[in-house]
Amino acid sequence: MALKKEIVAQIAKLARLEVDESDLDLMCSELSQILAWVEQLEEVDIGSVPPMTSVIEMDLKFREDVVTDGNQADDVIANAPERDHHFFVVPKVIE
Amino acid sequence: MKESQRYLQGNTGNWELVVGLEVHAQVISDAKLFSGAATAFGAPPNTQVSLVDAAMPGMLPVINRQCIYQVVRTGLALGAEVNLESVFDRKNYFYPDLPQGYQISQYAKPIVGKGEIIVDLEDGTSRRIAITRIHLEQDAGKSLHDQHPTKTFVDLNRSGVALMEIVSEPDMRSAEEAGAYVRKLRSILRHIKTCDGNMEQGSMRCDVNVSVRRPGEPYGTRCEIKNLNSVRFLMRAIQCESARQIEVIENGGRVIQETRLFDPDRVETRLMRSKEEAHDYRYFPDPDLLPVRLEAEWVAQLKAELPELPNEKRARFVQQYGLTLADAGVLVAEPDRADFFESLAEGRDPKHAANWVVGELLGKLNKTGVELFSAKISAIQLGELIDLIHDDKISGRIAKQVFDEMFETGKDAVRIVEERGLAQVSDEGELDQHIDQILNSNSDKVAEYKAGKEKLFGFFVGQVMKATNGKANPKLVNRLLRGRLSN
Repeated sequence: MALKKEIVAQIAKLARLEVDESDLDLMCSELSQILAWVEQLEEVDIGSVPPMTSVIEMDLKFREDVVTDGNQADDVIANAPERDHHFFVVPKVIE
Repeated sequence: MKESQRYLQGNTGNWELVVGLEVHAQVISDAKLFSGAATAFGAPPNTQVSLVDAAMPGMLPVINRQCIYQVVRTGLALGAEVNLESVFDRKNYFYPDLPQGYQISQYAKPIVGKGEIIVDLEDGTSRRIAITRIHLEQDAGKSLHDQHPTKTFVDLNRSGVALMEIVSEPDMRSAEEAGAYVRKLRSILRHIKTCDGNMEQGSMRCDVNVSVRRPGEPYGTRCEIKNLNSVRFLMRAIQCESARQIEVIENGGRVIQETRLFDPDRVETRLMRSKEEAHDYRYFPDPDLLPVRLEAEWVAQLKAELPELPNEKRARFVQQYGLTLADAGVLVAEPDRADFFESLAEGRDPKHAANWVVGELLGKLNKTGVELFSAKISAIQLGELIDLIHDDKISGRIAKQVFDEMFETGKDAVRIVEERGLAQVSDEGELDQHIDQILNSNSDKVAEYKAGKEKLFGFFVGQVMKATNGKANPKLVNRLLRGRLSN
């Protein structure tokens, strides 16, 4: 499937990636090739094969409902570019 | 329901309202869905955040067993299918209070499938509303927009707390039904203790899908109104959104599928700008989490262990205590209310107990805005008050006065009656004195009474009650007066 430039630009926007207009053509052809490859894979009938969710057979691990973490507000916000009273501070996003 | 009530009246004829709901209910658990941080409400900012919740690189989610237990019990209480295999997916979008850049949610294979809720309407009828699915997902953090003129403050304490998203079919046909649905759902969740249902604190929130159509036609285009945090707002939002849609169509326009916000101050819905661009969440299975596999025996065991549900309890109250369906319905709406009633009714006339809870106590709670769990009067104390009436120690009228003071101060009934000298006067000599005085100073009325105007009997009783400040034993007054007036 050949992707249009607008679709690629939209995908980049949704992923918050800044893509230069001049790079779009290259991206278009690369992404289209990947999709073409996936389409080729889809030719194989796997209707009777359950999806593989793990390389080795194992079960989901559970945690018990016990509070074991937290009380580290300083660490949590340590990398924040801006902070105030232990809040992360970001540009206003109100509706 | 009458035809005229079932439809909305437009300028060009009748419209049918179609409503579906998505309720986000915060799961009751000590720790978060995928981390060991606490879930308690109201902690200082970012103190209940693990590095998983803050989405630090390399952190991996590990699921909390309790959250699975709670959502399965919720599904069972709604008579729903529990899927023995379910999958977590990533729902991708960017927002400052979502540090991962995706929400771990469920999409194609939710943990709970189809179920139903029977809702009870004011006119005594009930309706069956189908549940489409319930899935388990992470809550986002909290954004505060009012701390700074140009900045938003973000607190991640809520980030990663488990939510159940309970999705209904578009089965509701009025704002009243939608309100009744949310109240019933909240009642069930509170009975089984899987969500506290506290809408003011945000532990239960709803998004509503509203559309209108001509009766008998296919569904119209719907709009979604997000983040309604009270039943009242939900109902108002449905009313004004349906009125808006009818107006748009009747003026020759078309309803556009969009996400809107309800503004309770202006009582209108308006377009949510950030959602104008249709969302493409690019769901895919979360590679950090294996599918959830449940044992059928475990699910069966949880089903067997479910506590009594509101409808079962209501039926029992009608049968065991001889209450009306309406009173029983009011009592079972909240589990603590039902418990209060049951301990009050023990060893007493249950109808009398129900009247006190439904009439006096709930009236008072509504008026003062106090919740039952924080009320100063206990079931034991109210029981003592009822016993005082039963034993003719105080009159019913005085009891209401005593109740008011108990509600305000938390003092025992006996103490209030003593302190205020409210004990019923059952001393015949004392009452006779009052009666003498009243009959003497109203000799004209006594004559009228004896001439056949029997209605005046009530007047004499009233005068005795007045003379004793309402403390006279009414039964005794009646007997004494009859004796005196009959000769």
